[in-house]
Amino acid sequence: MAVASSLKVLTSDKSKHKLNGSTKGKQLSAWEIVKISRHPQRPVFQDYLHSVFTDFVELHGDRYYGDDKAIVGGFATIGGIKVMIIGHNKGKNTEQHVERNFGMAKPEGYRKALRLMKLAQRFNLPVVTIIDTPGAFPGLEAEERGQAESIAKNITEMAALEVPVISLVIGEGGSGGALGIGVGDKIIMLSNAIYSVISPEGCASILWRDAKFAPDAAQALNLTAERLLHHEVIDEIIKEPGEGAHTDYEKIADAVKKSLVKNLKTLSAIPVDILLDKRFQKYSAMGKFAGF
Amino acid sequence: MAWYSKAITEKKQQIKSLWVRCKKCQSHIWQEEWHNNLNVCPHCNYHGSITAYERINLIFDEGTFNELFASISPVDSLGFNDLKGSYKDKIEANKKKSGISEAVITGEGKINGIRAVAAVMDFRFLGGSLGSGTGEKILQAANFAFEQEIPYIVFSASGGARMQEGVLSLMQMAKTCAGVARLNKKDIPFISVLTNPTTGGVTASYAMMGDLNISEPGAVIGFAGRRVIEQTIGEKLPDDFQTAEYLLEHGFIDSIVTRKDMKKYLSQVLSYYNR
Ligand SMILES: [Zn+2]
Repeated sequence: MAVASSLKVLTSDKSKHKLNGSTKGKQLSAWEIVKISRHPQRPVFQDYLHSVFTDFVELHGDRYYGDDKAIVGGFATIGGIKVMIIGHNKGKNTEQHVERNFGMAKPEGYRKALRLMKLAQRFNLPVVTIIDTPGAFPGLEAEERGQAESIAKNITEMAALEVPVISLVIGEGGSGGALGIGVGDKIIMLSNAIYSVISPEGCASILWRDAKFAPDAAQALNLTAERLLHHEVIDEIIKEPGEGAHTDYEKIADAVKKSLVKNLKTLSAIPVDILLDKRFQKYSAMGKFAGF
Repeated sequence: MAWYSKAITEKKQQIKSLWVRCKKCQSHIWQEEWHNNLNVCPHCNYHGSITAYERINLIFDEGTFNELFASISPVDSLGFNDLKGSYKDKIEANKKKSGISEAVITGEGKINGIRAVAAVMDFRFLGGSLGSGTGEKILQAANFAFEQEIPYIVFSASGGARMQEGVLSLMQMAKTCAGVARLNKKDIPFISVLTNPTTGGVTASYAMMGDLNISEPGAVIGFAGRRVIEQTIGEKLPDDFQTAEYLLEHGFIDSIVTRKDMKKYLSQVLSYYNR
């Protein structure tokens, strides 16, 4: 297993985390972080698109079935660097939530994302994916059209995509629905974002037989950025301002831009065969087990 | 409990152990007949579960299977505790119960004379869930196929991710698919056999990535759980939803093959590999 020494931690001052004054000075619990990650005022993909990127050219459709508004993507520029940006978009209000299915993508969303990634490879552009989803949409038509196949395909193709890929979790990293656009060379999380194999509520209702134990499940699942950096699942944490990203849109945008530009520059300097080899080694080393 | 009711219970258990009840048509079948028929119901063709080693014996030529990476086993790296206790204890209990140390057995052997690498999942071990050790064995076997340049076959039987390993379990989807991606690049065939059940994160990773996706009759294959979907859409789902037959109809699998024909089918399709 690789050591964490090469990983850079941008967050260190835990004492500054706060939540509505009530937890002043205390370290936040996993459940409190889950609540911040789902805060209704928390900036979403479209906020970062406007504050961090310029010259966005949206591209629509998967060419097979339709255009899933839960995933948005296209050409964009960040700090003078041209990229392909792809992200879950939850929307900002009830109307948008419904229009964008709360960021829960269907197979056509994942297939659009893959089409844009392949296009990025053709145009030799790095890919930036922005993750913020409760999970892939659990519906009849999604299953019918191959939800599992579309996610599996993306995960497999992203492992071999011949351009740099950076994934940034800004809110909820909901299981396979997140991973479907989340395989990359650098995985970054905002300090109050979460990334989990199952929602704490879902886990609690299975292993605790009652969803009300979600706070216990959240703790047990190790779903916070801090825990995931410790387990070497992610590479970097971007510290959120004040009581969370929702309290200072400008500051979080600056921090996100700084991190993305820095990582894009580093990754773009690496020859593609070495990049792919490193990506393979990175995922080969994921997880802990005994006896080998 | 009075002695007589205890005796009756014991008697009932003895009788029960001689009979297998088909989960689909509810018929009682003599255990010997059930086993002789490869755990398939002679009345309704229901394909019951079999262990990884039973499947290996069915598929590989006698004495050719060489197990690899057998020493890999799970660790409780998160210190996961739920209502029923620790993951650590669960690992030990499952090892004892099943006699195996992970939810998959990996190795190489010959199928009607054709060399192949296989990973065979075993549902008895933590519901065939995809833990770090499971993912490691599936990747190591893929790497072995990559180096030896021989076909890779994975038999899935899994409830999906292993919650007790948190995101480390989720990342096994990426880890195993990274192995599949390398096989794709080298044009080494990867055959996925989805057996009952194959759901969640296993379906949404390597199990759906076969150059050929094969299934057994009636196998449940899906991403989201049936109940979750019913709650989302607020209506009952059709009976055949998420069955092998349903997936065949929707274009996600190549063929449904009965257990007794599986070996012949696999060697037949592998014989077309012309490299
Ligand atoms: Zn039957």
